[in-house]
Amino acid sequence: MTTISMQVNGKAVSGNVEGRTLLVGFLRDHLGLTGTHVGCDTSQCGACVVHVDGLAVKACTMFAAEAEGAEVTTIEGMAEPGAPLGPIQQAFQDHHGLQCGFCTPGMVMSAAALLREVPRPSEAQVRDYLEGNLCRCTGYHNIVRAILAAAETRGPQGEAQA
Amino acid sequence: MYDVEITRPLTLEAALRLLEEAPDGQVLAGGQTLIPTLKQRLAAPELLVSLGRIEDLRGVSHQPGMLVIGAATTHATVARDAAEAYPALAALAGGIGDPAVRNRGTIGGSLANNDPAACYPAAVLASGATIVTSAREIAAEEFFDGLFTTALDEGEIITAVRVPVPRAAAYLKFAQPASRFALAGVFVAVFDAGVRVAVTGAGDDGVFRWEEAEAALDRRFDPEALAPLALDEDAIMGDIHAGPAYRAHLVKLLTRRAVDELLRNAAPGALRG
Repeated sequence: MTTISMQVNGKAVSGNVEGRTLLVGFLRDHLGLTGTHVGCDTSQCGACVVHVDGLAVKACTMFAAEAEGAEVTTIEGMAEPGAPLGPIQQAFQDHHGLQCGFCTPGMVMSAAALLREVPRPSEAQVRDYLEGNLCRCTGYHNIVRAILAAAETRGPQGEAQA
Repeated sequence: MYDVEITRPLTLEAALRLLEEAPDGQVLAGGQTLIPTLKQRLAAPELLVSLGRIEDLRGVSHQPGMLVIGAATTHATVARDAAEAYPALAALAGGIGDPAVRNRGTIGGSLANNDPAACYPAAVLASGATIVTSAREIAAEEFFDGLFTTALDEGEIITAVRVPVPRAAAYLKFAQPASRFALAGVFVAVFDAGVRVAVTGAGDDGVFRWEEAEAALDRRFDPEALAPLALDEDAIMGDIHAGPAYRAHLVKLLTRRAVDELLRNAAPGALRG
């Protein structure tokens, strides 16, 4: 067992983990942040996407120990409990960008990473960026609409918090 | 996955020492292939030596006529930082996996794994790159040694890749629709010394140079110059996704398209000696 420490959604956290503990396991099982989902566990589906030091990664394909000292943002960090949804989350609701909702945390985190990189993406750029996020319900159209709408409603700088 | 100890040294020297002391140790780069492999229990190292904290192994440095890419540089960083100097290489890096995979996966990890359907081996071979390791320098031609096999010795770590920048280049891949690995991928690079064509995804023995195509394109840089050529299907890979004849067809088609793209897009004079 190793002790690891990192910032998760702005809070300092630490825990004892095995070497094989994946970041997604640390988030869900140790910290109780179950908004980050495990869909395929083979890095195909993207339900586990979180940000590590500002970059989208698949939390099922990164060891928790590799996030030592990092700043991690999960779906729980995208809006305060009880506060209004962030603009990307709100756009998913407004545009019916989800049905069962299983893929949504990863979709929102990928969308946030895209909009930080490209504040005003084209539809093609949105679709390209979602290459690693699978949705079995929506057929993607409303997810793409939601992300394009979120890009419109956010500030011109594409602020980091969605 | 079986449990495994992870260590994160700060220097290459420390990493080499750790590998020497743990005969069953394994280097961990971005982990985008290694972690799925460990999950399937296809490998069971006792120690993973992470390169993640070794600063010297990261970054793209620009030298006259050449890029030097640290082994632990992610695909996303190559896609961004090589875009101006070597657009075809940057585009290749930006087409690997998906954005989240590109934020973790590294050039050194890809080369050391030598997946027969990976993209980087095609770029490295077509560019005549040099793989720099903790022990020596290995020419790309000597480095790739068959499926998932390289010239690397036990405990040897890739530190950088020196990539000569061609006058013009293009990479086209036909992605396997599920995995997005190359069902076939062709990298065409035009140097002062001649055209180099490297093929991934299709060779029975991994990445290879299509020398007949190089010779034909040296004589006449035109898609029609490739028309009379045919790959030896006995040396082409076949699986449930595509048989050898189909892959051979794809390779020729992609080569033609890459040449066509270069004729349309390359800077004036870049294609003439």
